[in-house]
Amino acid sequence: MDYHETVDVKSLSVHYHGNLALKNVSFTVNKGSIVGVIGPNGAGKSTLMKAMLGLERCKGTVSFFGEKVKDIRKNIAYVPQRSSIDWDFPVLVKDVVLMGRFMHIPWYKIASKKDKERAFEALRMVGMEEFANRQIGELSGGQQQRVFIARSLSQDADLFFLDEPFVGIDVKSEEIIVDILHTLKQEGKTIFVIHHDLSKVEKYFDQLVLLNQELIHAGEVKDVYRTDLIKKAYHGSASLMKEGQELVVVNP
Amino acid sequence: MIDNITLFIDQLMRYPYLQNAMAAAVLVGVICGVIGCYIILRGMALMGDAISHAVLPGVVIAYMIGASFFIGAVITGVLTALAIGYISQNSRIKEDSAIGIMFTAMFALGIVMITGLQGTSVDLWHILFGNVLAVSKVDLWITLGIGIFVLIAVIIFYRPLLLSTFDETMAKSSGLPVKFIHYMLMLLLSLVTVASLQTVGIVLVVAMLITPGATAYLLTDRFPVMLILSALIGVISAVAGLFFSVIYDVASGASIVLVASVLFILALFFSPKQGIIPKLFRKPVYDS
Ligand SMILES: Nc1ncnc2c1ncn2[C@@H]1O[C@H](COP(=O)(O)OP(=O)(O)OP(=O)(O)O)[C@@H](O)[C@H]1O
Ligand SMILES: [Mg+2]
Repeated sequence: MDYHETVDVKSLSVHYHGNLALKNVSFTVNKGSIVGVIGPNGAGKSTLMKAMLGLERCKGTVSFFGEKVKDIRKNIAYVPQRSSIDWDFPVLVKDVVLMGRFMHIPWYKIASKKDKERAFEALRMVGMEEFANRQIGELSGGQQQRVFIARSLSQDADLFFLDEPFVGIDVKSEEIIVDILHTLKQEGKTIFVIHHDLSKVEKYFDQLVLLNQELIHAGEVKDVYRTDLIKKAYHGSASLMKEGQELVVVNP
Repeated sequence: MIDNITLFIDQLMRYPYLQNAMAAAVLVGVICGVIGCYIILRGMALMGDAISHAVLPGVVIAYMIGASFFIGAVITGVLTALAIGYISQNSRIKEDSAIGIMFTAMFALGIVMITGLQGTSVDLWHILFGNVLAVSKVDLWITLGIGIFVLIAVIIFYRPLLLSTFDETMAKSSGLPVKFIHYMLMLLLSLVTVASLQTVGIVLVVAMLITPGATAYLLTDRFPVMLILSALIGVISAVAGLFFSVIYDVASGASIVLVASVLFILALFFSPKQGIIPKLFRKPVYDS
């Protein structure tokens, strides 16, 4: 495939104070797919995302549709791990969603009516419009996650990076988010999702990046989601059971 | 009380030095209140304390060579912030320890310089605890200049400051120079500290930074409202504190800080949403 149609990661390595967190990772994913990044705790999933976004000092190259990350920043929406947010911060739900518009507003202007409408529309897409005036701490985990998804939608980006969006959220929120991801994919957006729960991998993703410091394997779900590879990634920290076609990883 | 107020107003009309003091105190209330909001939300209260103490050697050197002490203070303030950043990023020492080391070192250096310079006109007491009644016209202009600069910076960079305070990773990934913003804020903090030197003094500046902001934080869920409330509370503290200081003839800086503290206590207990007492009487709310 043409490199204008792919995200290419080549020999990416990251270390923290001399400790290797990511070793020589290379893979290619196609535009318009939902990519699951999976691996055990401390495998370097968040590190991979940060390195791809150019937020962590790293060796190697990353190209998004033939361009460097610094040239397409406005086009990248990032949804943080929920634990990294201060939920007592004095912002309302609608203020958070509007932040997705910030990079499109020139510094000398204030947020226009159009920006606010776009933010509200995004809020409606995740079914959170009636909570627009709530302080963000006064929501359930799933609702909070939907608000941050709405923020990324309001940004009108082409690339999405979500760090563990499904952790600690309710079934309804999970369904809404998965639906939105599929809609985005239909629109040709490329979405990276860090994910823990292996049981739903086949339902959610088109491609997988399986990590444990090194790349174990990357590619179509059916080529990566295999007992031997999962076992290799999760070492002894997981036992595997075959349930029909489904793999279940049980963390001890 | 009414008598005291008319007496205070009467004196205010009559004495230019008191007018200067009032204007300086109001300005300091506003800019400390505004910058304080960022300090609180970024969890940098200790940093605020550090920078304010660390300007001491800069002030002393400026006196020695006859330069404006505003410049000396800003230079040492920013240098200290850079040194703290350098230590915490390049060693295993965590930021709070780095702050503790740097600011006591700078403060001690300032004290040694002052005590070694016996006989000069540097008045340690006034630098440490302020003397708002000695504010000159020139000081007032400089304070006004700093105030305008700080407010313009906060207005122009409102969105970058908000985003980098709320969600640093998104700020970085959207291309904001997060480190630069941090050091800009340290520069503003040094400026604010210097502007507050004469009003409340080095030791108590941190109270003017933290207390009004914390009070406002208890009263609202919206950041812009917090900024305005905090500035307002800063001004109320400044005016009321100056009033008590003149009427009862006590130290101005300390009485301003005490008023701010009392306002904080009131908000802590009686704030409609966050207050401890309203919370006691609130029925549990069950979300649908
Ligand atoms: N800022 C940092 N400084 C030092 N070490 C770090 C830092 N961030 C991550 N690490 C280390 O790098 C390794 C990979 O961390 P990372 O956060 O990328 O893992 P992860 O796969 O996202 O894990 P989790 O599933 O727990 O989120 C871990 O061993 C972690 O301790
Ligand atoms: Mg992680």
